[in-house]
This record gives sequence, C-alpha cells and structure tokens, in this order.
Amino acid sequence: MSFIEIFKFALRGVGANKLRSGLTMLGILIGVGAVILLVAVGNGSAKAVEENLQALGTNQITVQGGRAGAKTGYSTDLTLDIAEALKDAPDVRSVSPLVTTSQTLTFGDSSHDVQQVIGTYPGYFTASNSPVAKGALFTQEDVDQAARVVVIGSSTATELFADTDPIGQRIGIGGQLFTVIGVLKEKGSAGFTNPDDTAIAPLPAVQRSLTGYGPINSIMIEAVDADSVSLAQAEVTAILNAKMHVTNTASAPYTIRNAAQLLATRTETAETFTVLLGAVAAISLLVGGIGITNIMMVTVTERTREIGIRKALGAPRRVILTQFLIEATLLSVVGGGLGALAAIAGASFTIAGVQPVVVPSSVALALGVSVAIGLFFGSYPASRAAGLRPIDALRYE
Amino acid sequence: MNVIEVQDLHKTYGHGEATVRALDGVTATVPRGDYVAIMGSSGSGKSTLMNIIGCLDVPSSGTYRLDGVDVSELDESQLALVRNRKIGFIFQSFNLIARTSALANVELPLAYAGIKPKERRERALAALEMVGLTDRAAHDPNQLSGGQQQRVAIARALVTEPALLLADEPTGNLDSHSTEDVMGIFSELSGYGRTIVLITHEDDVAAAAKRVIRLRDGRII
Repeated sequence: MSFIEIFKFALRGVGANKLRSGLTMLGILIGVGAVILLVAVGNGSAKAVEENLQALGTNQITVQGGRAGAKTGYSTDLTLDIAEALKDAPDVRSVSPLVTTSQTLTFGDSSHDVQQVIGTYPGYFTASNSPVAKGALFTQEDVDQAARVVVIGSSTATELFADTDPIGQRIGIGGQLFTVIGVLKEKGSAGFTNPDDTAIAPLPAVQRSLTGYGPINSIMIEAVDADSVSLAQAEVTAILNAKMHVTNTASAPYTIRNAAQLLATRTETAETFTVLLGAVAAISLLVGGIGITNIMMVTVTERTREIGIRKALGAPRRVILTQFLIEATLLSVVGGGLGALAAIAGASFTIAGVQPVVVPSSVALALGVSVAIGLFFGSYPASRAAGLRPIDALRYE
Repeated sequence: MNVIEVQDLHKTYGHGEATVRALDGVTATVPRGDYVAIMGSSGSGKSTLMNIIGCLDVPSSGTYRLDGVDVSELDESQLALVRNRKIGFIFQSFNLIARTSALANVELPLAYAGIKPKERRERALAALEMVGLTDRAAHDPNQLSGGQQQRVAIARALVTEPALLLADEPTGNLDSHSTEDVMGIFSELSGYGRTIVLITHEDDVAAAAKRVIRLRDGRII
C-alpha cells in the first residue's frame, strides 16, 4: 500500500474532527510562532544596540577616573595635565577631557533635569560621533575664552523648547546663563541612558560656573582610525601609568575602555536575552507537543473500533502506525507552518519598541522541531493504535 | 479440499478457579462451497469459534488449518495478510468506516492488499453491483439504511474473492425485510460456489444454510 494512500487516510482522519484538529494546531502554531517571533525580537534588539553603539563612535577610547587605587597613595585623579600629555601619543587624533555634572536647565517657565551636562573640548564631537543638526558647535576659541555657549542634545531641545527655535536662546544651567548655539543630531537609545539628553559646553566655562576646578571625570580619546584603536589604547595606558605613577597595573586608579569592548559586552547581553526569550518560547512549543500526544490519545481511543475494523480487513501493523504518525505530524507541520507565517507577519510590527529581525535559521529550526514533535509525540499513540489486538478493538464500544 | 479444518480446538479464559472453557474440544471441517450455520445460545462458545476461524483470536490448544495453511504458526503480519486475502468478514453491526463513502469502504481491503486504484475501483463497483447498490456508491454509511449498510459490508467482504465468507449474526440488527434481502444474497453467493460460515441464533436464518453445526458449552452437539 503506497504512502500517498496512507497519507489520504491520515488527511481524512485529521479532517474528521476539524475543531479539535484546529485547536491542536493552534497549540503548535503559538509555540512555533513564539519561538520565531521572540528570537526575532531578541535579534532585533541586539541589532539596534549594535547600530546605536556604532553611532556613538567606534574609534573612541574612554578613560574613566576611578577610586580603585585610593589607598595606594597614588595620585588617583585625572587632571588636565594628564589629558595634555596624552596628545603626544602617535596614534591619538584628539583628546577631550570631560567634566560631567547633573544640572537643571531652565528656559522661560520650563525646566528640565539633564544628567549629562558635559564640559569638554571641540574634539569631543568628532570622537563621540556627534554631528550638529542645527546651528553650530563651539570652537577652540570658545574654549580659550571660556565662552558661555552650549550645544544641546535633540531630546533636551524638545523638552526645553517645545516649538521654539533654540538657537540663540539664553538658558539657565544650574542658575548660570548660557547661549544655545547648536542642537545635536539624534542618536537613538543604546541601553539605559539616553545619549540625546545632554548639554555640552566648553570645559573652562563649565568648570568656572558649575563644577569648580577639581579633577576631570573622564577623558575621551579618538584614535587615528578604527584599526589603530588597540595601539592607541596601549600608548594611552603607558602614558597614564607613567603620569600617575602606577606600579601595579592590576589596581590602576582608572579604567580604560574602547567602543569595541563596549560593543562586545552589549552584544553579548543581547544574545543572552535572545537565548532566554527562545527558551521561554520553546517551553510553549513543548506544551503544544504534549497537546498533540493528548489529542492523538483521544483520537486513538475514540477510533479503537475503526482500527479493529481496519485490522479485520487486513490492515498491516505498519499501515496503522504510519497513518497515525502522519496524522500527528500533519497537525504539527500545518500548525508549525501557520505559526511561522504568523511570526513573519508579526515581525513587521514594532514590538515593545524593538523592530524584530527574523533569523532564517530560527524558522528552519522551529519547522524542523515541529516535524520532530509530531513524530515524537505522535509515536506513543500511534504505536498503541498499531498494537491493538483486532479482537479487543472490535469489541470496544 | 477443505477450507476450514479444526482439530480438537480448546480455548480457555482466566486462570485457576475462575477458568472458563469457552471451547472444549471442537473438531469440524468445512469443505469448499459449503454453506454452514453455527448455532448456539449465548455462552455456547460460538463467538469464540468465530473469532478463531476469522484469525482474530488464537486457540489455547488444537490446530486450525485455513485453506490448507496452519494458522497457529503465523505471526501478526502474516495473520493480517490472511485476514485480507482469505477471509471476508460480515459483522452484526456492519462495521463500516464512518464518513467514508460506500465505494471507499468496499475498496479498503483492496487498498490494504496493494491493488492499484483503477483496478480497485472497477472491482469495488462490480461488488457493489452484485449486492445491488451501484447507485449508492457515493453515499456515506450514515446516509444508508441498515439493510443497505449490511449489503455494502457484504460487498466489502466479497471484493477480495476470499476463500471464506464469515458472517457473525449478519441479520441481528436488521428488520425482517432487510433480513430477507441479505439472506437472499447469501443464497445467491452459495449458488456461485462461495464458502460461507454464518453464525446465528435464529432458526429461520440457519434454515437457509446447507447444514447446521450446534454448539453447547463449547462442544459440538
């Protein structure tokens, strides 16, 4: 007896109880759909983080002043002197010392708290990949004159000015007046902080009016190009160790990171997130599989008499086994196929702020798994059906 | 040549005190072309005998040769083959497959025998014509009367040209008019030389057979 004919029997079996078959398929549909869609969401968020981090500038190296070596007696603070010394490194294009403070910005009646009020040099804008969208950036001349000018992020501009054109307006930063000369281009969120909610002013102006002339918080260094980032980092480390008299590099009073490291960390986090989402979805796929076993058991019980008749008419064990296995697999494959379609359709919408990116291998995997689920979860009911003795099956009421 | 040869057939159920001797030494032969009615009250062992003859059950001891083949030596897949090729079953409750047309029901044993769809269809239609139901070929069992369903079942039993037609109370669920129809078909088939074994407890049904085997307490009387 040919496979196609057994397949037709199975098709009729599935079609005999459409509602039940449909609900069983729904279980698999949700399972497969969830796996594909959630993996797509995880992948999408990983992609988004990657893109946003690249937008932050890939040539940059950040030196953060720390308190790790506070008890060693080193000079632990980053100073402008140290920043100046770093300019001598051959693979460094620019060095921008940063002071960071959190201040309330005011304009007219509106006020807005900004976590990242930064005092720095013009080199920061290129190092951090922050082009201007409107107006202009401040220059070295503004730094030399400690000019009270400020460039603000796009979120800050919206919060503070709403519809007013910010260029040329005078705003209060911590009670001191600054003139807005430019608005930065939007970057998009790269995690927990919003890089668009910021205000950047010349370093001396911020020190004079807001932070005082204490140590600087960090130094942003731009390498000559992407390939020389690690070289530049080594040079910077050597200079820092010399300037800060570090003998034990394990407890250096600063931390140095480059964008590539940051990217790797964030990508890793996003991948963990994807695996976690996939695992949760896989559980629902498993539940769907158990649903198939359940419904096939019911079907076999319900059709015991029919199985008995077929056996009395000479149906070999193999044919009965194949028929029920195909029925189970049909349920899972059709359910899985519809689930994949639903997931691909669903992936065109933004979910929880993330544009899902479907991973082709996850579609193939989910479909493969759904076939396997049909075979695996269908095999017990099918072998029970095939193993029924015709005499018992015929007597069954 | 004998279609059925049973020798000292025993069948017991249960163990120890509770042992039931459903068959207690049955010896009988049915030659080709015979039309035999097996009679007996309920509990006489006639259903057990029918199940063994139909290769649906195996005896506890004794030998059974069907069409010259010792059935007790066969494994499950060979038994399936024997049921398919040698025996045509007709049940009391018709046992047609639901939601499947009369034609497809009749084709079913041929499908299991691995016969090509075209030939299958021709043979199934011929069998349906034999029982006078050509015009009902496309109907599902629930669209047919009891008598019509039993005639479809007879067509299904006939279609493989089996050595033996085995009918278990074929008229048990039928009214007297349909009973006459069905018994008429059996007589006709017997006339063509078919071997028929019919199990019944109705005397007027048994009267149509060429001879009657009576069972009581698992023995032939």
